[in-house]
Amino acid sequence: MVSRPHGGRLVNRVVSGRRREALLAEARELHKIEVSMDIASDIRNIAYGAYSPLTGFLTSDDYEHVLHDMRLSDDTPWTIPIVLDVSREELGDVREGDDVALTLGGEAIAIMRVEDIYGWDKEEHARSVYKTKDPAHPGVRKTYGMKELLIGGPLDLIKEVSYAGFEKYSLNPAETRVLFKEKGWKTIVAFQTRNVPHLGHEYVQKAALTFVDGLLIHPLVGWKKRGDYRDEVIVAAYEALIKHYYPRDSVVFSVLWMQMRYAGPREAVHHAIVRKNFGCTHFIVGRDHAGVGNYYGPYEAWDIFSEFPDLGITPLFIRESFYCRKCGGMVNAKICPHGDEYRVRISGTKIRQMIMAGKKPPETMMRPEVAEVVLRFKNPFVE
Amino acid sequence: MGSRSRKSKYTTVSIPVTLYNRIKKLIEGTGFANVSQFVIYVLREVVVEYERAKEAEEPFSEEERERIIEKLRRLGYI
Ligand SMILES: [Zn+2]
Repeated sequence: MVSRPHGGRLVNRVVSGRRREALLAEARELHKIEVSMDIASDIRNIAYGAYSPLTGFLTSDDYEHVLHDMRLSDDTPWTIPIVLDVSREELGDVREGDDVALTLGGEAIAIMRVEDIYGWDKEEHARSVYKTKDPAHPGVRKTYGMKELLIGGPLDLIKEVSYAGFEKYSLNPAETRVLFKEKGWKTIVAFQTRNVPHLGHEYVQKAALTFVDGLLIHPLVGWKKRGDYRDEVIVAAYEALIKHYYPRDSVVFSVLWMQMRYAGPREAVHHAIVRKNFGCTHFIVGRDHAGVGNYYGPYEAWDIFSEFPDLGITPLFIRESFYCRKCGGMVNAKICPHGDEYRVRISGTKIRQMIMAGKKPPETMMRPEVAEVVLRFKNPFVE
Repeated sequence: MGSRSRKSKYTTVSIPVTLYNRIKKLIEGTGFANVSQFVIYVLREVVVEYERAKEAEEPFSEEERERIIEKLRRLGYI
């Protein structure tokens, strides 16, 4: 049995057929609010159930509970506020209870019932979600740039939106659920990433996979900060890794269009909840998962899970690995007795520097097939 | 407009003093700061199990399942 959707029911707010025709016509008459690509990805994730049990953007009651209790008002665990920010000008004379059309590039993609219009305190938001008010934090900086009002309420998706270039790999929660069932998998571990894979990633994935039926490699595509790997580089690198080093019948590769928030522990829980909705039963939580700079302790993203006995997906905390020349392979401190002189620490930063200099990282850090693919890109990093 | 900033809300439930004392002893030296914290933790753990038992099966119609399988084939997933 794949995992139950969060909150008990997989949300589906994708409208089709005659009702879609009717809503498309209705949208032409409605007040329009243009949204960003980030918000469009949230709309998509709501509509296809990746954010189940959310049926729309948070209303103030849920928002306050998420901020202070890390739960929705019905006590369901929820750690990242999924909100829609608007300016007074954009809102015009829209009142609570009105329907609005959410547009992307001028085209209506969703109709939203505005149940709630509310002000918010950005500093309080930053302190609660990111544990800092420092505008140097990329998530905080983004928060401070948001508009002064939030609107909440359920929405219906009336036009397909996708992140161009990755349609082939964009499976929805309903699709991964059916896929896992078809494969006969009952236990599935998800791996979240925004990096090209090095040996350390491969090690934790395979360590976890040893004990479950299947592995979902699920990188995020969408907004990332400067210096992170570009989406197409991550996808190409994984294609190479899977082709050469993974048994085809125990791994599924798909991408998730969702922005990185760099909210550390809270975002780790969010990442787990979303993968639960995709049908996964286990979730690998990295050291300093979704962290940035020195804003979070290295194991804060592990500790936070003890607050959620009712999460419904099992977090797996796998130790940092390294290459040991004496053991002759990837190991971790618990299973390798050898000293530092034998150990090759795999540092993402070091690998990045080598790639920037056009140098191939050694095979004790990265598979040569992966390194070649990454080096083929003129600039593999977000500018 | 929504409410202003606030702290978490709580309400009171009663448990027998004997149970209270038993829990108090149990949580000594653990990560639980007080009896309430422990009771909340245990209740959430148990409640979610009861909810799970009440929930229905996957909500896909046979037709929808077929359509998804067709797409998965086309994309090479199966
Ligand atoms: Zn060793």
